[in-house]
Amino acid sequence: MTDAAAINTAAVEEGKRRRARMRLREQMAKRDRTLVTPEGAALTLRISTFGERFGAFLLDIGLQFILIFVIIWGIATIAGAFERQGWQIAFAVAQVLIFFVRNFYFIFFEIGRKAATPGKRALGLRVADRRGGRLTANAVIARNFLRELEFFLPLSVLFSFGGDGVETWITWLLLLWCAVFVLFPLFNKDKLRIGDLVAGTMVIHAPKVRLLKDIASVEPVHDGVITFSTEQLDVYGIHELHVLEDVLRQSTDEIKTNVADRIAKKIGHSPQPGETALSFLEAYYAGLRRRLEQRMLFGDRKEDKYDRR
Amino acid sequence: MSDRVMKSYRFREEREADWAKLEHIVKRAENKGVGGLSDAEISDLPHLYRQAVSSLSVARNISLDQNVVAYLETLCARAYFFVYGTRARMSERIAQFFSRDWPAAVSAARGPTLLAFLCLFGGALLAFFLTLNDNEWYWTLHGGWDSRNPNATYDELRATLYTEDRDIVDMLGAFAAQLFSHNSGIAIFAFALGFAFGIPTAVLLIYNGVYIGSFYAVFWQKGLAYELTGWLFIHGVTELFAIILAGAAGFMIGGAVAFPGRKSRMQSMRDSGEKAAMVIIGAVIMLFIAALLEGFGRQLINIDEVRYSIAGTSLVFWLGYFYIPRRGEVDRRD
Repeated sequence: MTDAAAINTAAVEEGKRRRARMRLREQMAKRDRTLVTPEGAALTLRISTFGERFGAFLLDIGLQFILIFVIIWGIATIAGAFERQGWQIAFAVAQVLIFFVRNFYFIFFEIGRKAATPGKRALGLRVADRRGGRLTANAVIARNFLRELEFFLPLSVLFSFGGDGVETWITWLLLLWCAVFVLFPLFNKDKLRIGDLVAGTMVIHAPKVRLLKDIASVEPVHDGVITFSTEQLDVYGIHELHVLEDVLRQSTDEIKTNVADRIAKKIGHSPQPGETALSFLEAYYAGLRRRLEQRMLFGDRKEDKYDRR
Repeated sequence: MSDRVMKSYRFREEREADWAKLEHIVKRAENKGVGGLSDAEISDLPHLYRQAVSSLSVARNISLDQNVVAYLETLCARAYFFVYGTRARMSERIAQFFSRDWPAAVSAARGPTLLAFLCLFGGALLAFFLTLNDNEWYWTLHGGWDSRNPNATYDELRATLYTEDRDIVDMLGAFAAQLFSHNSGIAIFAFALGFAFGIPTAVLLIYNGVYIGSFYAVFWQKGLAYELTGWLFIHGVTELFAIILAGAAGFMIGGAVAFPGRKSRMQSMRDSGEKAAMVIIGAVIMLFIAALLEGFGRQLINIDEVRYSIAGTSLVFWLGYFYIPRRGEVDRRD
């Protein structure tokens, strides 16, 4: 009786986990946009999240502050060598330079070949045309001048509080009006801000990925080859294979040993002489991938371990 | 060992070198531009790119190695953006902007320009007559901080129009810079606010007009209108024209949002956004010229006739530049 109940709760837990995973995958898929190239191949572009974009923006603003500070400091050092006239010229030059930094920082970097400001680049983002065409200079100018409306106007409204009665009410109303622009990216599926809307652009998440060594190519460290039966390989599916890939590429030895133990227990594998946790995992990874790819070629994708076909 | 070799592994082994080559070329191109590539690399690029794209679609179907698929996905995207991306050099693009794109965009926007003109000068005329009838209006429209108010004497007002002391050239530089930042701010706002159906743009233009109009009335009453006009329009032709064009850019977007016609609203907004961006960046350039005229020209030139002739010349120049039709050239927009 208790056994049956335990199995039942375990099954319920498993189902929950599986559904959570499906939801996660669905959410990721919602961010994917397919771009069909003129060759007819489909590229998947991933829309960046609001958080990523905001983070990139903060980085850029910080960088602008540093730039402006350096400009002022540099000019002050030079001007300090002269008399009072030097300071006045320095003031003029600094103002012009600051104006350029403030208004053309984003445009300068986004018109460039990487189509991203340093902040965006740090987070793996870039600006792209929404229909997969060229990103024009005009689009970049339009999307960045509209930033005045989306960020600097609300900011100046925030600082204009402090009147009495009616004035405070007007400021609140203005703030409400501004909030529409500020929060706009949260309420559309492409996470577009008004500038993107007008310029026909979007911001995508396209970090650089390095090509790592194929795990399946690593030579076994010991003499004997670990072999698995088809039943042992059919225990897991593609999801588990990908998790195993992550484990092999990124985790610590302790985790690898743990995972190796659990897999060995689950598939009923008895360790052979000279076998280590790593060599076992690599061998199992290779075997599993081989088996799953073979099945996939026949149109049979085993998504995860619950997928029993 | 042979039983460990799988299809996806062999697939990768055969193509890996080419992927790396493509990655190398794309990286160089991203850092140094097309100029940084050798002839051999340029001729290799299309074929390597197509190969990578086809590798990607094969890999999606036969490989379960996440890393390979993710790598190809980003490599292809980067190569795609480069292969189908912008080609023209910066200098060419700038030359084309001045020779064709800018005047074409401005002359295509005659309607919005006229509307912006009416807002600005309508506001100015209204404020001018109101203030002329009753000086109280001046105080309603301006703050109390300006010394150029109805209570100022003829001499005080006249002194603000001419610069006696020309020893302060360096201060003028600062003056130019300050005005430049301020006016460009207004212009960019006039553009950005256009998004809300153009209404805030109209308000901003009328407000600026009202400011000028009431100011003008003060000088008019003291018989200084002729002198003020020279003082104002030596740079004002360029500056007000720029603000009108910025407002026009705002109206273009506002109009596209309000009346998309047969296009979808998104499409219409995007089409007009492209054109409006050209008008607005041009307006910022004009404001730069205006600030130079204001900071240096006006302070150095104190003769009314010369001021008038500069104002007239700049008006003729801008009108001719924008509205005289020119022969079409090859379209190399990108």
